[in-house]
Amino acid sequence: MTSFFQSIGLSYEGAWFTATIAGILLIAFPLMLAVALIIYSERKLWAAFALRKGPNVVGPFGILQSFADGLKVFLQETIIPSASNRGLFLIAPIITFTVALMAWAVIPFDYGVVLSDINVGLLYVLAISSLGVYGIIIAGWASNSKYPFYSSMRAAAQMISYEVSIGFILICVVLWAGTFNMGGIIEGQKGHIFGFINAYGFNPLLFPIAVMFLISSMAETARAPFDLTEAESEIVAGYQTEYSSMAFALFWLGEYANVLLMCALNAILFWGGHLPPVDWAPLYLVPGIIWFFAKILVMFFIFAWVKATVPRYRYDQLMRLGWKIFLPISLFWVFLVSGYLMYIGHFE
Amino acid sequence: MIQVLSFYIFAALLIASAAMVIFARNPVHSVLWLIVAFFNAAGLMVLIGAEFIAMLLVIVYVGAVAVLFLFVVMMLDIDFAELRAGFVKNVPLGLMLAVVLVAELVLGIGAYRAGAVKLGTPDGAAPVNEVPNIEAIGNLLYSKYIFLFESAGLILLVAMVGAIVLTHRKSYSAKAQNISSQTMRRPQDATRNVNQPVGQGVEL
Repeated sequence: MTSFFQSIGLSYEGAWFTATIAGILLIAFPLMLAVALIIYSERKLWAAFALRKGPNVVGPFGILQSFADGLKVFLQETIIPSASNRGLFLIAPIITFTVALMAWAVIPFDYGVVLSDINVGLLYVLAISSLGVYGIIIAGWASNSKYPFYSSMRAAAQMISYEVSIGFILICVVLWAGTFNMGGIIEGQKGHIFGFINAYGFNPLLFPIAVMFLISSMAETARAPFDLTEAESEIVAGYQTEYSSMAFALFWLGEYANVLLMCALNAILFWGGHLPPVDWAPLYLVPGIIWFFAKILVMFFIFAWVKATVPRYRYDQLMRLGWKIFLPISLFWVFLVSGYLMYIGHFE
Repeated sequence: MIQVLSFYIFAALLIASAAMVIFARNPVHSVLWLIVAFFNAAGLMVLIGAEFIAMLLVIVYVGAVAVLFLFVVMMLDIDFAELRAGFVKNVPLGLMLAVVLVAELVLGIGAYRAGAVKLGTPDGAAPVNEVPNIEAIGNLLYSKYIFLFESAGLILLVAMVGAIVLTHRKSYSAKAQNISSQTMRRPQDATRNVNQPVGQGVEL
């Protein structure tokens, strides 16, 4: 895109600047639209699982429901509790929302279509996703209220626990791909199985950690069955209890943008990203972005499916799963994968 | 141009937020300013081309260490008046420490200017090469510095074991969950279907 802006007469620096801003807007606005539609589709999915109709009044098939909700919260009054820490109370949702958008900078949508093609792309995503917890912790503390505070304590412990095993899972993938670059990881999956199937996930050695990563990403985004941070039967609405109107909406949008990001990461790391499922020439005629979005939607269907059907974990079960099951298994898997790769001479 | 601009922005914000860590009245605000400082340090690392170090700084310090700091500081009930009471008494010690730090800084910069350190050039730029950061660090860490690296790992392991030994006490009053008996439980162990005649009550 930089060369396009250079061709209309800007200097290199000016063109780079304009291109980056344009790229950011090109990702952020469609993402917001996608979040609105994905909330609608998730509600429709839950409705189908529960044999209900779901939103069906606003617009055809209720498709404008999310926009109506957005308009509603936009017109509401922002209530700031008088005992709260005013500045931090307002910064918290902004942090959540911004961080949810930031990680998309390194996600490749198609071959070479990425805002910032950095060498440490995967580490960048890990770094940004570990920031997501700050919005919640600050919200819980700044609300100066019991239940939000409990929720933020839970969130801090939960996200740190699952990041450990996510780190080990990523190491397995990186060992196989030999790079932290997102594009490189996708390229490494081309014809990975029998030179024909484009996915790490179908590799028998990597399939178990693909499943573990899916579960960990649900825990990392605090989705059901791990939504202990907003367990309404125990702590009202968790860290969101004191929030209203746009501040609440920013949490909401950020949460779904994070869920979409985790779906995209699952698709990129284990299911081939923008590559078609099998390495067959006619399939490459379909644009990569369509394959990528299709994979994200399949992942999102699994997320919605789990949320609609699995009951919430107890807190001790959540911690046990993270520390006593996922951590040892993922650590062992790093040994297993690196040992196997040494054995077949992958690093030569 | 843009590098110079971003260097001064990062550096100024780093110093300002580091100062705010000390001057903030509320300890939670201090930790949050510390996080801002970490961020700007990571930005400086990116500017000199050490992207791996920058990411590690964010992942380890911002993502884990500062979360635990925040966790602890939020739960503490700190009396600020008491904390500030010893200020005059501790000023000489603080000034001495500051003098030592300044001397160290001057010494360090002097040695660097003299060209004794071969890590970078005196102009502050990192050596440019085609190998990515991670590969370069990995090549050094697992060949030349393997013993140092592994002994650092061992020390951390010992520290971890020590911390667990010191804090982990078996509590006789706490009740633990028996997960396997919970997962082995089946509906027929706990419930039964009865076809109770109307008006007779259920015998439990």
